[in-house]
Amino acid sequence: MPANRFNGHSDYGIGIGLRVPHYGHILSKKPVVDWFEIISENFMVEGGRPLELLDRILEQYRVVQHGVSMYFGSADKPDRRHLKRLKALVKRTKTPWLSDHLCWGSVDGTYTHDLLPMPYTFAAARRTAEKIRHIRDYLEVPICVENVSSYAEFHASEMTEWEFLTEVVELADCGILLDVNNIYVSSKNHGFNPYDYVNNVPHHRVGQMHIAGHTKFEKYILDTHDHPVLDPVWKLYAHATRLCGITATLLEWDDKIPSFDEVHGEALKANEFIDGAKKAAV
Amino acid sequence: MKQPPTHAPSRIASTADLRSFQRMMATAIVRPLTAEDALQPRWIDGRPMDKVAAEFIKPNDRLTSFERLQLYNRLYWFRILDAIRDDCPGLLAALGERSFSRLAQAYLERRPSRSFTLRDLCSRLERFIVDNPRLTAPRTALAAEIARFEWAQTVAFDGESRPVVEAARVGRTPPSRLRLGLQPYITLLALRYPIDTYVIAVKRRDALRSEASNTPGAAAVHRVLRSVARPRPRRTFVAVHRHHNRLYYKRLDPAAFRILEALAGGRTLSRAIAAGGPGVGPAQVKAWFTSWMALGWFCRHGNKRRRDAS
Repeated sequence: MPANRFNGHSDYGIGIGLRVPHYGHILSKKPVVDWFEIISENFMVEGGRPLELLDRILEQYRVVQHGVSMYFGSADKPDRRHLKRLKALVKRTKTPWLSDHLCWGSVDGTYTHDLLPMPYTFAAARRTAEKIRHIRDYLEVPICVENVSSYAEFHASEMTEWEFLTEVVELADCGILLDVNNIYVSSKNHGFNPYDYVNNVPHHRVGQMHIAGHTKFEKYILDTHDHPVLDPVWKLYAHATRLCGITATLLEWDDKIPSFDEVHGEALKANEFIDGAKKAAV
Repeated sequence: MKQPPTHAPSRIASTADLRSFQRMMATAIVRPLTAEDALQPRWIDGRPMDKVAAEFIKPNDRLTSFERLQLYNRLYWFRILDAIRDDCPGLLAALGERSFSRLAQAYLERRPSRSFTLRDLCSRLERFIVDNPRLTAPRTALAAEIARFEWAQTVAFDGESRPVVEAARVGRTPPSRLRLGLQPYITLLALRYPIDTYVIAVKRRDALRSEASNTPGAAAVHRVLRSVARPRPRRTFVAVHRHHNRLYYKRLDPAAFRILEALAGGRTLSRAIAAGGPGVGPAQVKAWFTSWMALGWFCRHGNKRRRDAS
């Protein structure tokens, strides 16, 4: 199910995040890349170099918007000015779908600039789904919500994270950006089986996947996006691909960013697992 | 942020409960770290923080509730302190590590981010410095000017640009009726210190440091590059702007500054030129306007724009 209504019936392959250290290489060498994911907030500006650069990228490449500050799970109402800016960017990029995180990060208009985990309750799921519907209706573009990595769980939770994700996306009738690295990180931090997570989300709603590297500490794992993808994450990705079908996949590498070729090469390793999934399906 | 509840809700059965929960956790996350980069040992009402954290965060077999909350507290402060350092290299250089850290922490504690983007983090820093002079004494005036200058760079980098007014329109409208707006990305600065050359020197030093960090003997190079002399007072007029999407600091003659400031303030062209003063000849004014028009500085007057001149 590579193309579905949650990713705008697109058929995107393997992409990488558009990051500043690679701008020069991309613009001068024009490497073949299936698509780039941009961080929406980096381009929700009124002018100058960011938008000039984006327009040059859009001349040659397919771009998908990924946000980090919509905070679907915040109790606050969506910020109208934010939505207006985001919609202007959606029109500019013609992104076939838009993603942001299943999390919260602001309250009473104060921002933490973090992707904070939700309490997994039915009331929180209803509120979150209502906001996703509202935002999607305003933006007029399909939305995929991404599971975050987390370092805390709450007494108030009434279900597992994957049950909460399922509840939200069913109520909102939206897609999932399945971040298999985040699932792996959270599974280690909270002691659940990551395969239970992947097995139990609605696979037909997965419109995109994320892969990334992380960092192990003595007592926890941090989602640092500063390493190649680790083997257990690749295995989880292969499993998810068998269940969900071959899905638009993006490698996130946000810190200690190596050369463009190294990042792209790491992303293209996903092909091995996609081929494996194809063979398994025959 | 409004006052958090005394206790985190044990059940989250409504949006109001969710908001209370989020106020509780956000308050804990944005509270300053201790000197040891730890979560504060007591909650705002004096109760032990480990008990408060345990009320809403589950422990696991490796971390207590306190330690899990502390992770988010640390990540928050490390992230925003990194962001402010990135945006304010000049201020950091002028104040030094300790004084800058004290200022940054106080600013972010009392003026937490109200924007979805970290780009806006320093938008209120100059005002904060002026309102809290003890934090930067005896260099408050210098610190405030650098903060204003560094924020002007952010505005020039990605601020709005409007259609440039056509030369023909300028030519056919009588100066006594013509009003010109300045592009919103331009900030006019009347400074007591030559902040432009200072910031350039700091950036050059930082770039050299970065290059040197990969070379043998880097420590010796760092010692040589340690400091850039703080600027001495010298009245300086600058327009922080961009051209072909590159950032520039254009020095202005005081009379030119007055003319631009008057135009930005809504004066007609003839009044703005008069504001330049009696010593400014027509040839000089023409040369300035030719240059400013070539840079695309003028747009239609009438929309609000940020003025920034002391």
